[in-house]
Amino acid sequence: MKKGTIKQILLITDGCSNKGEDPAATAALANQQGITVNVIGIMEDFHTEESEGLQEVEEIALSGGGVSQLVYKQSLSQTVQMVTKQAMTQTLQGFVNKELKQILGSEQSMEDLDPEKRGEIMEVVEDMGETCDLEVLVLLDTSASMADKLETVKEALIDLSLSLNARIGRNRFSIFSFPGKRKDMEKVFDWSPRLDSISTIFPKLTSGGITPTGPAIREAMYQFGKKSLLRSFRDDEAGLEEA
Amino acid sequence: MMKQDWKKHDSEIRPGMVVEGKWHHKKYLIKKKLGAGAIGSVYLCDVNGSPAALKISDNSTSMTVEVNVLKSLEKVQGSRLGPYLLDVDDWTSPLGTKYAFYVMEYLKGEALGPFIHQHGREWIGVFMIQLLEDLNKLHQSGWVFGDLKTENLMVIQTPPRLRWVDVGGTTQIGRAIKEYTEFYDRGYWGMGTRRAEPSYDLFAFVMVFLHVYYPKRFEKGGNPEATLMRKLNEVKALTPYRHVLKKALTGKYTSSSDMKKELVQVLQRFQQQKQTRTQTRKKTKTSKPAAALELGGMTFLALGYYLLSLLF
Repeated sequence: MKKGTIKQILLITDGCSNKGEDPAATAALANQQGITVNVIGIMEDFHTEESEGLQEVEEIALSGGGVSQLVYKQSLSQTVQMVTKQAMTQTLQGFVNKELKQILGSEQSMEDLDPEKRGEIMEVVEDMGETCDLEVLVLLDTSASMADKLETVKEALIDLSLSLNARIGRNRFSIFSFPGKRKDMEKVFDWSPRLDSISTIFPKLTSGGITPTGPAIREAMYQFGKKSLLRSFRDDEAGLEEA
Repeated sequence: MMKQDWKKHDSEIRPGMVVEGKWHHKKYLIKKKLGAGAIGSVYLCDVNGSPAALKISDNSTSMTVEVNVLKSLEKVQGSRLGPYLLDVDDWTSPLGTKYAFYVMEYLKGEALGPFIHQHGREWIGVFMIQLLEDLNKLHQSGWVFGDLKTENLMVIQTPPRLRWVDVGGTTQIGRAIKEYTEFYDRGYWGMGTRRAEPSYDLFAFVMVFLHVYYPKRFEKGGNPEATLMRKLNEVKALTPYRHVLKKALTGKYTSSSDMKKELVQVLQRFQQQKQTRTQTRKKTKTSKPAAALELGGMTFLALGYYLLSLLF
């Protein structure tokens, strides 16, 4: 039997989009395709959590079925891996909840079960999280204001790969930046099981002025299922298969 | 997200409130807040006149995962590694927020750093051996502590014993470490993976004792390994154990019992050194009695505890 694959877009940005369609709408579209959209909003030291530009962050993750978190760049590493893992659990739990409703009927969900049964189910969810395959597409905002944060982002991504590669399940990562030179989005790093080698690529990232977040998410959707991945995704509707 | 969770706890749960379980109907009178972690807050509460610690959070998933860990630790035979679990239940607040909570034994004690600074460095060897004993039991039963850090340990009386107060990061061997704190994480220092294996805990073990002498922690710098070694060399109180601790930092020990064996040897060597020094002193009367006494005390205590632990 084949283990399931979880597909995630990890959007890292520091402000709001200013070109093209509403990113929350494209995130909803991605979610329908079985891709979870997680968003990390990097705050400047003078920002508060209520900052206007960063409200978009929560909206995108909400309609993308993912997790969002605002952080100062100092705690980026821990946040990136926490958000990724949390979203995995959330996806798996959603899947388990759906199954539970089919078995138990009506509006039963995990919260309605007594703590003992819930514990047994969480054990299954944890097992799945440890063993499932994971694809993370990092969508990196490289607009001008991000320039001084890219070094921290690079470290956080290497750290993410370290965390996820400690799992039993397989991982694949790719990195795309937006805005691209000619397009809305540009490939920085092709699908690979590790991110250790990104150090050489990062200094080359040039930053542009516009932030086409919506179009970039739409583009990113199509990057899943390319090349060797095609086979594993063809029969994969909800982004997850029963193991 | 998490910050908002904390705010919610702060505003909703106050001393004097009664939390009543939805499933088991037990009542807990909240006395005071003991602390807040990544997931939820811990309160001192009163149940039928006796104190207990109650951890509560609106993140039911994470709480369930923690309870699972506590339950599996209770299955480790013949020892009490984590706090004893008393009850697991749900509660809906007057404002309608759904909470998950669990109640555990209330451990009252002192933080490791202050204890050592107050009672003397001869306790270092004692606690090292106690901690290695416990880790060995845990590792033998297929688990790794994961988030081993000073804040998750406490010295309880009497006799003084190092106990684990928060075991939320405990992970099955071979899996990805569930929870970690950068300063104690070998991955952060570029000195290994985040896979749960005994050597992961042994790295954090060294950081625990370093943290006692660097309460404000320190930056990793351009060469993290060199930084660690330098910081270790600079702590005089750790000089006797330096060789063993360095081996643990670089992942040379594959089991906690190997490390314990070498640590016991170190302590025995002191016993001998102490004896020779005492003899020399009798002849010349010029040696440093304080140092000899200290080393002797350290060895005696540590060996005593080691022998005691063998009985259980």
